[in-house]
Amino acid sequence: MNPMGALPLWAEILTAVFAVLGAAFAAIGSFGLVRLPTFFRRIHAPTLGATLGVWCITLATGIYFSVQGLHLFLHAGLIALFVALTAPVTTIFLMRAALFRERKGNREAAQAASPDDA
Amino acid sequence: MTPVLFWALKGALFLLAVAMLCALARLLIGPTAQDRVMALDCLYINGMLMMLVLGMIYASNVYFEAALLIALFGFVGSTAMAKFLLRGEVIE
Repeated sequence: MNPMGALPLWAEILTAVFAVLGAAFAAIGSFGLVRLPTFFRRIHAPTLGATLGVWCITLATGIYFSVQGLHLFLHAGLIALFVALTAPVTTIFLMRAALFRERKGNREAAQAASPDDA
Repeated sequence: MTPVLFWALKGALFLLAVAMLCALARLLIGPTAQDRVMALDCLYINGMLMMLVLGMIYASNVYFEAALLIALFGFVGSTAMAKFLLRGEVIE
């Protein structure tokens, strides 16, 4: 399973803890996506996986490959940085789209209810 | 690799699979279009995390580049879809 030699125990424990922690954060965030009732509540849930989940798992990857390859493996931090930069942009766009569509739907419903009121 | 790390990584894979199933459920039942886009966003982040965990299980660097590509194209895709929901066109 592991061709490049065994890791010391402390590195294995750190990797295991951070990997399971990050996966648990991602699972909780995605479960909230199913569980919460409205869109404006649901949009908060996946950010848990996009911040803490990504940071924990990239930290686990960094520890694992740094100890195994005997040199610093910082590429994983690149992913964390990239997701930290891009996830808010997507969320802002989605939020504005949802607000726009909700207002448009309300306006159309109001006009359908009373056409001479516009 | 000791059994501790092996089973921990397997457990992480299982949790991420559950997370992807939850996101898939929201993608399928989501009442509005923005729900579906948000579920797709969550789905690709979970898939990227699964890629990183798989890279640790197989002790291979190759999965890392795939994860980076998933993050990149996932961001482009969900931003384009959100922009489309906002304006009705992607590039104006």
